[in-house]
Amino acid sequence: MVWQNWLLVAILLSSMVPGLIIFSLAESNRGWRTALNILGATVKMILVLVMIVGIYQGRRFAVHLRLLPDIELVLRADPLSALFVALSSLLWLLTTIYAIAYLEDSPNRSHFFGYFSLCVTVTIGIALAGNLLTFLFFFEMLTLTTYPLVIHRGTPEAMAAGRVYLLYTLSGGLLLFFGVAWLHALAGQIDFSRQGVLLPLLAEHRLSLILIFAVLIAGVGVKGALVPLHGWLPRAMVAPAPVSALLHAVAVVKAGAFGIMRIVLDVYGLPLSRELGLLMPLLLLAAITIIHGSLLALGQDNLKRRLAYSTVSQVSYIALGISIGSPLAIMGGMVHLVHQGIMKITLFFCAGNIAETLEIHDISGMNGVGRRMPLTMGAFTLAAMGMIGLPPMAGFVSKWYLGLGAIDQGMEWLIAVLVLSTLLNAAYFLPIIHRAWFKEPAAPWPGTPGPTGFRECHWMLVAPPILTALLSLLVGLLANSGLSPLAWVRFIVATRYGP
Amino acid sequence: MISPSSSWLIWPIIVPLLGAVLCFLAGKPPRRTGLLFAVLTGGASLVLGWQVLARGIESHALGAWRPPLGISLRADGAAALMVTMTAVTGLAVSIYSGGYFQSRLTGDDRDRRRLAQEQYFWPLWLLLWGALNGLFLSGDVFNIYICLELVALSSVGLTALSGKPPSLVAAMRYLLVSLLGSLSFLLGVGFFYKTCSTLELAAIIGALAPTPPMIMALALVSAGLLLKTALFPFHFWLPPAHANALSPVSAILSGLVIKGTWYLFYRFWQEEILLAAVGALPAILGGGAIIWGAFQAFSQQRLKMLVAYSTVAQIGYLFVAFPLLADPAGMGGPALFYFAISHSFAKGAMFLAAGTFLLQMGHDRIDDLAGVRQILPVSSFAFALGGLSLMGLPPSGGFIAKYLYVTTAITQGRWWLALLVVLGSGLTAAYVFRAVAAILSPRLLEERPQLAVAASMQWSALALALMAMLLGIVATLPLALLGVK
Repeated sequence: MVWQNWLLVAILLSSMVPGLIIFSLAESNRGWRTALNILGATVKMILVLVMIVGIYQGRRFAVHLRLLPDIELVLRADPLSALFVALSSLLWLLTTIYAIAYLEDSPNRSHFFGYFSLCVTVTIGIALAGNLLTFLFFFEMLTLTTYPLVIHRGTPEAMAAGRVYLLYTLSGGLLLFFGVAWLHALAGQIDFSRQGVLLPLLAEHRLSLILIFAVLIAGVGVKGALVPLHGWLPRAMVAPAPVSALLHAVAVVKAGAFGIMRIVLDVYGLPLSRELGLLMPLLLLAAITIIHGSLLALGQDNLKRRLAYSTVSQVSYIALGISIGSPLAIMGGMVHLVHQGIMKITLFFCAGNIAETLEIHDISGMNGVGRRMPLTMGAFTLAAMGMIGLPPMAGFVSKWYLGLGAIDQGMEWLIAVLVLSTLLNAAYFLPIIHRAWFKEPAAPWPGTPGPTGFRECHWMLVAPPILTALLSLLVGLLANSGLSPLAWVRFIVATRYGP
Repeated sequence: MISPSSSWLIWPIIVPLLGAVLCFLAGKPPRRTGLLFAVLTGGASLVLGWQVLARGIESHALGAWRPPLGISLRADGAAALMVTMTAVTGLAVSIYSGGYFQSRLTGDDRDRRRLAQEQYFWPLWLLLWGALNGLFLSGDVFNIYICLELVALSSVGLTALSGKPPSLVAAMRYLLVSLLGSLSFLLGVGFFYKTCSTLELAAIIGALAPTPPMIMALALVSAGLLLKTALFPFHFWLPPAHANALSPVSAILSGLVIKGTWYLFYRFWQEEILLAAVGALPAILGGGAIIWGAFQAFSQQRLKMLVAYSTVAQIGYLFVAFPLLADPAGMGGPALFYFAISHSFAKGAMFLAAGTFLLQMGHDRIDDLAGVRQILPVSSFAFALGGLSLMGLPPSGGFIAKYLYVTTAITQGRWWLALLVVLGSGLTAAYVFRAVAAILSPRLLEERPQLAVAASMQWSALALALMAMLLGIVATLPLALLGVK
C-alpha cells in the first residue's frame, strides 16, 4: 500500500522541514522556533509509533529511488532500524526541550536548531537505510550536519575541535566510501534485507572480502570511537551540552556502532564473518576499547571529558556483543544501543545543568553539589549506577546478556573483561557521587535561590534528565515485560539472527 | 532550406549571437536585452536537450549543403548534455549579473567605468554562450576552430573587463596562451585535412591511424586543447585570470569555458585506438593536477584564488579518468560527463557566492571573512553546498561522479586510480573546509553593515548549488540523455 511507503519519507520530513524553516526564521522569533521544534518532534514520535506497530504486525515499509543504472537508494524499516529510530526520536524530543532552555539568550539559535533538526533527520536516515550506499549517503551527511554544531560556540578551541572532528570523520568517510565502492564493484547492490549474498564470493575473493571488511569497519569505527580511532571524541566536548548529549547518545557515536551491526550482521552475515575469521579481531578490538576507554576516563578531572571517555568504553559493548556472535550476546549488544543512549544522555544533561547553573566543570569542584541540586544529582546518580551495571538498572541487563552470550560461545574469559570494566566504571563514577553527596562545599554557591525559595534551574533543564533517569531504571526493572527494549531486541534476534 | 524536423539545432547558437549583436548596438547598458536573450538562449538549449532525450540524435545541414562542403550541426547525447549544462549555469550567471551590476552602482564617479563594464559584458557573454553552443554542436573541425577562437576572444575580453592591473596582466597572458593554443589546433586541423581530405569530425576520428602525419596532427590538436583547458602543467595562466576577473566572469570561465575545450579533447581521445596507446598520458597529467592544485588551493590567502586553484585540481579529475573510457560496461564516459556537469554547477555557485562576499566585505581574505554568514546567509550556504559537491560528499553530483569513478576503476583493476580519487577528495576537503570554516564561523560581527548585495545574486548562487545537489539524487535523467548515441 502506498501510505506505508510514504510513512518513511514522512518520518524524515517531520524533522527536515521544521529544520529548513527554522533556518529562515529571525533570531528573535522564539515562539515560532519553539513551536516548530516541538511540533516536529511530536509528529515524528507519532509516526514512529505507527511504524513500530506496523512492523510488529508484520507490515513491510520500503521506498526505492533509482540512483544509478545498477544501484538504488533504499529506505526500509526492519525491526533493527525501528529500534534505532525509536531511540533517536524519543531522545530528540527530550534534547530539544532541554536545548530550548539551555540556549536561552545565546546567539545563533536559529542556526543551531536548524542544524539540530537536520542532524536528527540524517540519523533517522542512517537507521532506515536499506542498503550500504544509502547508509553511506546519510553517514556522510551526518558529518556535515554535526560540524556546525560542534563549532557552535565559535571560540578558537571550538574551531580547533571542529578541525579535528572533520579530520577524523571525513577520513573515516573516505574509507567507508572506498569500501562500499569496492564491495559494489565485487557484488553489486547489497541490500540489508537479503542475507548471505556474499557467500558465493567466498571461494574466489576471500582476501578481498577480508580487506573490504577491515576498510568498512575502520570507516564506521571512527564515528563509533573504536580505539585507536577515538581521538576526536573528547575534543568535541567543547560543544554545548545538548550537542554533546546528542553526539554521544543518539547521533554520531551510535551511528558508528549501528554501522558495525549492519556490516557484520546484514552485509556479511554471521556465518560468513565467522568463516573468514573476522569476528575474533573485532572482538579483541572491542574488548581493548572497553578497557582502554575506562582507564582513560579514570584520569580525567573535567566532568565532560570523563563522560566522553566513558562513552568510548561503553559504546564498544555493542560491538562486543555482535562479535561474540551468539544470540544472547547479540541481544545484549543491541539492547545496549538503547540502554547506553538513555543513560549517557542523562549524564550529559546533568553535567550541562551543573556547568550552567554553578559553573562547575571539574570533578574536583563538585563537592556538595548534591545539596544544591538534588534533582539533577539524583538523576546523575541513577544513571551512573546504571552505567556501572548495578541491578536492576538498564546497564545490568546489557552486561548480563553479554555475559550469558559469552558463556554460550565458550568465551568465559570475556567475563573477566566485563568484571574489570564494571570495576573501572565504578572507580570513575563512584567518587563523583561521593563528592556530590557527602562532601562539604568549599565555598557558598554563586547565585541566590529563586524567589520561590528553592530552585535548581529552569524546569526544562531538570525534567529531561529526570525522565531519562527514570526510564533507565524502568527499562531494566521491566526488562522482561512485553514493552521493553529487551523484548523488542528478542523479537529482532528471533526473527532474523536466530540460531 | 531548413528542414522543420531538426531545425531546432540552430536556435541555441543563433539566439545568443543575435542577442550579442543587439546588445552591442544598444546605447546604454543593455541589461534588459541581455537578460531577455539569456532566458531565450537558456530556453532554446533546454528544449534541444529535451528533444534529444525524447527523439534521439538530431542533425542538420545548414542551408542544405551536405558535408564535406556545408556546415553541419549534430547533437548526440553528450553534446546535448553540454548544451543543457551551459544553459543552466548560464541562466544562473545571467540573473546574478543583473543584480551584480546594479549592486555595484554607488552614485559616484566610479560608476562611469562600471556602466561601461556592463555595456561590454552582455554582448561578450552572449557571444561566448553562442560560440560555446556552436563548439558543442558543430560537426566539422573548421567550424569548431572558428567557435574556439570566438570563445577565446570573448573570454579574454570578459577577463579584461575589470580593468584593474592584475586582471589586465592576466588577460594578456590568457590571450597569448589562447592564441598559441588555437594556432596549434589550426595546424593540426591542416594536417588532418591534408591526410583525410575532409573536415568532418566524425570522418577524421574514424580514420585515426598510427601514421606519422596523423600522429603529428593529433599531437598538435591535443597540445592546443590541453593548453586552453589549463591541464597541469599548462595551468599557470588560469588562477590569476579566473580569480581577478569580475565574479560572474569567474563563474563563466571556471564553470563553462574550460569544459568547451575539454569536450573537444574528449571527442578526439575517446577512441579506443588512442586510449590503448597513450591513454595513460592525460591520466598522469590529471593526477598531477589533482595533487598540485589541491596543495596550491590550500595555501591561498584569498578566497577567489582558492576557488581558482581548486579549478586547476578539478580539471585533473576531468582527465585522470580517460583510461576508464575503455570500460566494457560503458560507465567511463558517464563518469567523466557527470563530473563535468557537477563541477560546472558547483564551481559556478562557489564563484558566484565568493563574488557576493567580495562585494559585501570589500575584500576576500579568507581569514577575515568570519561573520559573513550573518549578513549573507543564503550565499554562505550556497558556497558550502558547492564545496560539498566538490568534495564528493552526498547528496551531490560530485558524489555520484566519484562513485562512478571508483567503482569503474576497481572493476577494471586500476587501483591507483581509485586510490588517487579517494585521496584527492581528502585533499579537496582540506581546502574547501579552510574556506567553509571561515564562512560558516559563528563569530558575531560587532556591527551589522548595510547589505550591499542584491537578493538575486545570493539566490542565483544558491539555485546553482542546489542544482549540483539535485544531480546527486536524480542521476538517471542526465545519464539517460548521455546514453543517446
